[in-house]
Amino acid sequence: MARFAMVIDTKKCVGCMDCVVACKTENNVPEGYNRDWITQEAFGNFPNIQLEIRSERCNHCENSPCVSSCPTGASHYHDIGGVVLVNHDECIGCKACVASCPYDARFIHPDGYADKCTFCIHRVEKGDKPACVSVCPTNCMYFGDLEDPNSDVSKLLKSRKWHTLHPEAGTNPHVFYLT
Amino acid sequence: MHELTTTRNNYQIDPVLTVWGWEIPVYLFLGGMVAGMMIISGYFLFKGRQKEPTCSCFYVPWVSLILLSLGMFSLFLDLSHKVYVWRLYTTFKIASPMSWGAWILILVYPVIIANIFIRLPKFVTDKFPGLEKYSKMLTDRPRLIQNIGVANMILGALLGMYTGVLLSSLGARPLWNTSILWLLFLVSGLSGAAAFVHMVAKNIYERELLAKADNGFLTFEIFVIGLMFIGLATSTEVHQEAAQMLLSGSFAPVFWVFVVGIGIIIPLIIQLFAVNHKIQHTPVAPIMVIAGGLILRFVIVNAGQVSHYLNAHF
Ligand code: SF4
Ligand code: SF4
Repeated sequence: MARFAMVIDTKKCVGCMDCVVACKTENNVPEGYNRDWITQEAFGNFPNIQLEIRSERCNHCENSPCVSSCPTGASHYHDIGGVVLVNHDECIGCKACVASCPYDARFIHPDGYADKCTFCIHRVEKGDKPACVSVCPTNCMYFGDLEDPNSDVSKLLKSRKWHTLHPEAGTNPHVFYLT
Repeated sequence: MHELTTTRNNYQIDPVLTVWGWEIPVYLFLGGMVAGMMIISGYFLFKGRQKEPTCSCFYVPWVSLILLSLGMFSLFLDLSHKVYVWRLYTTFKIASPMSWGAWILILVYPVIIANIFIRLPKFVTDKFPGLEKYSKMLTDRPRLIQNIGVANMILGALLGMYTGVLLSSLGARPLWNTSILWLLFLVSGLSGAAAFVHMVAKNIYERELLAKADNGFLTFEIFVIGLMFIGLATSTEVHQEAAQMLLSGSFAPVFWVFVVGIGIIIPLIIQLFAVNHKIQHTPVAPIMVIAGGLILRFVIVNAGQVSHYLNAHF
């Protein structure tokens, strides 16, 4: 069983937003909405200030509250890679999933259903990489199977220091940030 | 320093969550009122008060039926993908309180209707004379009526609890993520329902009883609110921040003035005078209690959406 994950090298990311534009184009994301975005986190005390730039999106959590709170089963784990997806024709637009995501990764599409990053599963199933990963000019994003010890993502997580977003939320996120 | 900036600006998500408008608070309020009314009417049936011609157990279920339907309509209005609403009833998701609620609402209807059948009003029997035999079947069986009373109390309690669990299960919002919310919403529903029945009761015994019961519910509600704050204040930083929003933050004025002051303390004082026969019973206190219950739902739903998990992006 594959377990897809994304690894993003914050040491390489410059916040150029190419991933954001690529996602909007690839997935026809409507105006005023984003499935992925850039966050800059500055911390420390002057003069020791650090800046981390991250490309963020749905974390395709393993223990995702959006799936458990969904009353219809529209939000579900995909058979391939454990990707968290929404079946549009099962979604009633109750917004329980939107309110339950600690990362605010979801939104309600103007057509009424809950929407978010899909890890570009339509591309991945054809053997391509997600749109954001494929356009990144600094090659800071990696996508692959955590179950495969020889995949880029597995190797990077073994060799580099990393963190996830708010692990204390208990969601077991599958987007990892190299530091 | 610790600063976060984001390029995300999704509609109804940023800068704070506003996906739930007036519909959900109204739905939760009406659900709570119906829950309280089912418990009150069920209790009267259990006590055999249907022998009393002016018993409120005859008309309260009609009000429940109307309010429940209005509440469900309000929930329906909130759905943004309405044509698929039937999907709620093609599955049961054990981990989703929203799914539980959808099914509880369906079970609540027959129980309220069974209560209604105990004595059908004239306009119904005039139109459908055939229904009278079912009504007689019930009146001949006091044990069955008692059981209908118990069913009303149980489902009423489940409905009342569910309105709180629905929010508290959404762990990403610290203000809702308190295990006492179900009790707050249940007792607030009970006090609103007691206030309503107290206001409209034709039977003097019931009016007195419900005014006294309402005083008990209101006192207990103050206690539950206190416990909620203790729970939040002794929890993590985000829970403390959530409590601050109500204690001294932007939601504090409406919470303390309308929910606690006008919705609980002032009517409690008025009703204490009324049950001690110092002043007459008037609709003033019950209206305050009911309005306070509605505003409570608005404050909790709105402030809960603002309360954020671990400052995830700010
Ligand atoms: S990030 Fe949010 S939307 Fe994505 S899987 Fe986790 S809880 Fe669900
Ligand atoms: S909005 Fe849709 S996907 Fe989200 S919980 Fe409701 S039905 Fe499920």
